[in-house]
Amino acid sequence: MSLMNITKKEIKELLTPSTFVPIVVIALLFASMGNIMGGMMEEGEEKPVVGVINEDNGKYSEMAMLVLKDNAEIVYNGSDMQGGIDEVTKNGGSAVLRIPGNFSYNIDNNIPGTIEVVWIMRGVGLMDSISSSVVEGVIQNINTYISHDLVEEKTGMEPHHLQNPTAKEETIMFKGKEMVGINPSTLGGMLSSQSIMLPIVTMMLIMMAGGAIISSMGMEKEDKTLETLLTLPIKRSSIVTGKLIGAATVGLLMAVIYMLGYGYYMQSLQTAELNLADYGLGLGISDYVLVGISLFLALIAGLALSLLLGTFAKNYKSAQTLLFPVTALAIIPMFVFMFTDIGNLPLLFRGVMYAIPFSHPIIAMRSLMFGDYQIVIGGILYSAIFSMVMIGIVVWIFNSDRLITGKIGKKESILEKLSR
Amino acid sequence: MRVERDMKKDMIEVESLIKKYGEITAVNGISFDVGEGEIFGLIGPNGAGKTTTLRVLSTLLKITGGEVKIAGKDLEKEPEKIRKMISYLPEDAGAYKNLTGREYLAFMAKFFDGSNGTDKIVKKGVEIADLGERIEDKVDTYSKGMKRRLLVGRALMIDPKLAILDEPTSGLDVINAREVRQLIKKYATGGTTILLSSHNMLEVDFLCERISLIDDGVIVESGRPKRLKEKHGAENIEEVFTKVVR
Repeated sequence: MSLMNITKKEIKELLTPSTFVPIVVIALLFASMGNIMGGMMEEGEEKPVVGVINEDNGKYSEMAMLVLKDNAEIVYNGSDMQGGIDEVTKNGGSAVLRIPGNFSYNIDNNIPGTIEVVWIMRGVGLMDSISSSVVEGVIQNINTYISHDLVEEKTGMEPHHLQNPTAKEETIMFKGKEMVGINPSTLGGMLSSQSIMLPIVTMMLIMMAGGAIISSMGMEKEDKTLETLLTLPIKRSSIVTGKLIGAATVGLLMAVIYMLGYGYYMQSLQTAELNLADYGLGLGISDYVLVGISLFLALIAGLALSLLLGTFAKNYKSAQTLLFPVTALAIIPMFVFMFTDIGNLPLLFRGVMYAIPFSHPIIAMRSLMFGDYQIVIGGILYSAIFSMVMIGIVVWIFNSDRLITGKIGKKESILEKLSR
Repeated sequence: MRVERDMKKDMIEVESLIKKYGEITAVNGISFDVGEGEIFGLIGPNGAGKTTTLRVLSTLLKITGGEVKIAGKDLEKEPEKIRKMISYLPEDAGAYKNLTGREYLAFMAKFFDGSNGTDKIVKKGVEIADLGERIEDKVDTYSKGMKRRLLVGRALMIDPKLAILDEPTSGLDVINAREVRQLIKKYATGGTTILLSSHNMLEVDFLCERISLIDDGVIVESGRPKRLKEKHGAENIEEVFTKVVR
C-alpha cells in the first residue's frame, strides 16, 4: 500500500506539463519531418510536369517524345518558348524542353543531339529540387533509349548484353552463417534501421527515466520534502523502490512518445522492405523476450545509477548536472554500435563497452541474430548484478545520515563538488 | 541536566546523547526527558544543536553515543516502530508542489492508515490547515504561510503520540502563528506530546511547560519558564536566555 502510494506520488510529481510538453513537441517535430520526407518520396515517384517544343521531325526526336509521353506529364506541346514557360508555370511544372531541328541529324553524324532545358525554379529548399531531379531522370531515359537503338543498329548485338557482359553471384560468410544472393552493403542497409533504432531507443529510455529520477531527488532536496518523507512509517527500501517504479513508468512513457515520432520519421525513409528471416537473421519470440529482459535490466541499472547520483543533488539544478555521467554512458554505446560491432573493437574498448550496462540490449539484438546466446545471457546477468549493487548502495545511503548531512566521508567527493 | 516535572509517564528519554558530524560534535552528551502530553521546548542560538537533536529524535540521524527512548522503544533498535508514533515538522519544510493541498494530505495520511481511515485523517488535516477552497489548489501556488499551515495540518492530523516541531510558526503572520500555538496547546491537552524548538521566546513562554536552553551542543539550563525567570531575576525568557548564554 505504502509502495503504491509513493509510486503514484512520484508519477504525479514527474508527469507535469513542463517535463511532458518538450517530449511531445520533439515527437511531433519528428513526425512532421517524416511527413515531409514521405511527401518528398511521393513527389519523386510522380511524373514531372513539363512543356515540350519539338522542332525536329527526325527518328530520334520521335523516340525522345515517346519516352517523354511515357515518363512525364506534358502540359504544353507547341513552338513558342514563352507560351511553354507560362503554361508549365501555371501547372506547377519544373521545365520546358526544346528539341532543336538538328537533333536527329547530329546524332546520325556522331555529334551529340542537344536537348535544351529551361528550368522553372521556385525555391532553393530540398523539396524544390526534387522535380528537377525527376526531369533529369527522364532526360537520362531518353539518352539510354536512343543509345540502345544506336547500339542495336550499328552492331547488330543485344544492347543490354553489350553493356553488361559479366554477371556476379554473391555469398556472404559472416559469423558462421552463409547468406546467398546478398552483398555486405545491402545487408548493412537491411540492418541499418535496427543499428540505428535500438541504440536510440536504449539511449532515450535511459536518459528520460534517469532524468526523471534525478529530477525527483533534486526536487525532494529543493522543496525540502525529503526530511519529512524519511520520518514516515515506510521502509527506506520501499521509498527507493517507489522512486524507481515511478521514474521507470514516466521514463518509459516519455520514451514511447519520443519513439512514436522518431519511428514515423524513420519509416518515411525506408524505400524497400526486405525480410531478414530469408537470410537466417530473423528473431523468434524467445529472442525478443531476451532483448526485452536485457532492455528492462539496462533501464533498472540506469535508474539505480541515476538515483545514486541524485542523492548527491542539492537542488533541481544540480540534479541536472549530475545527470551528465548517465547521459554520457548512454550516448557512448549508441554511437559506437551505430558504426561497428563489439567484436571489431580493440580489447580495451570492448571491455569498456561490456562494462556499460546500457550496451547489452544492443549487443543482445545483434548476437541473437547469429545465435550467440552466451553473450546475451552473460549481459543479462551482468546488468542484473550491476542493478542490485547500485540499488543496495542507494538503500544504504537512504538508511544513513548521508541524505540529510550531505556527506559520505570526511573528504569531499567530486560528485559533492559537482552538486554545488 | 535533569529538571523536575509532573509525574507523567515518559514519552522521551534522552541519556547522554552525542551526535558528531565527522570531527564536529553537534550535540555533546545532553540528557532530558519529556512526559506524555507535555510541551517541551529546546531553545538556543543558531548552531547550538537544537535541530540536530530534533532530527535524531525523529529517526533522521543516527546517534554517535548515548541512548534515546521514545515511548519506551529504543531509537537505534526500533526506528520503524517509532516512526509510526511520531510526526516531524522540519524548519523550512516544503510540500510536493505538483500536488494540491488535499492530495498532499491524502498522500501523507495513507502511510498511517491505508484502509478506510484516510478520509477522516485528511478531513482533520484540512480543518487544521484551514486554507478554505485553496486546499484544492496546487501547493506551488501557496504563500509561505499557507504552506506552513498545510504542514502543521499534516503533522497534527494523524494524532501522533509525539509531535516534533522545529520552529512551528516560522513564516506565519501574527494571527496565524497565534492560531497554530493554540492548536499545539489543544493537541497537548488531548494527549499528544510536543517537543519543539523555537527562536520566538514569547512562543516558548506561552507554550512550554518546561524548556532546556542548549548552547554549543550542551544543555546549559533547564526548568519551568516561570522558575527560570525567578532564578535569573529576569522579566521574560529572552532575558533568561541572554543571561545564560552570555
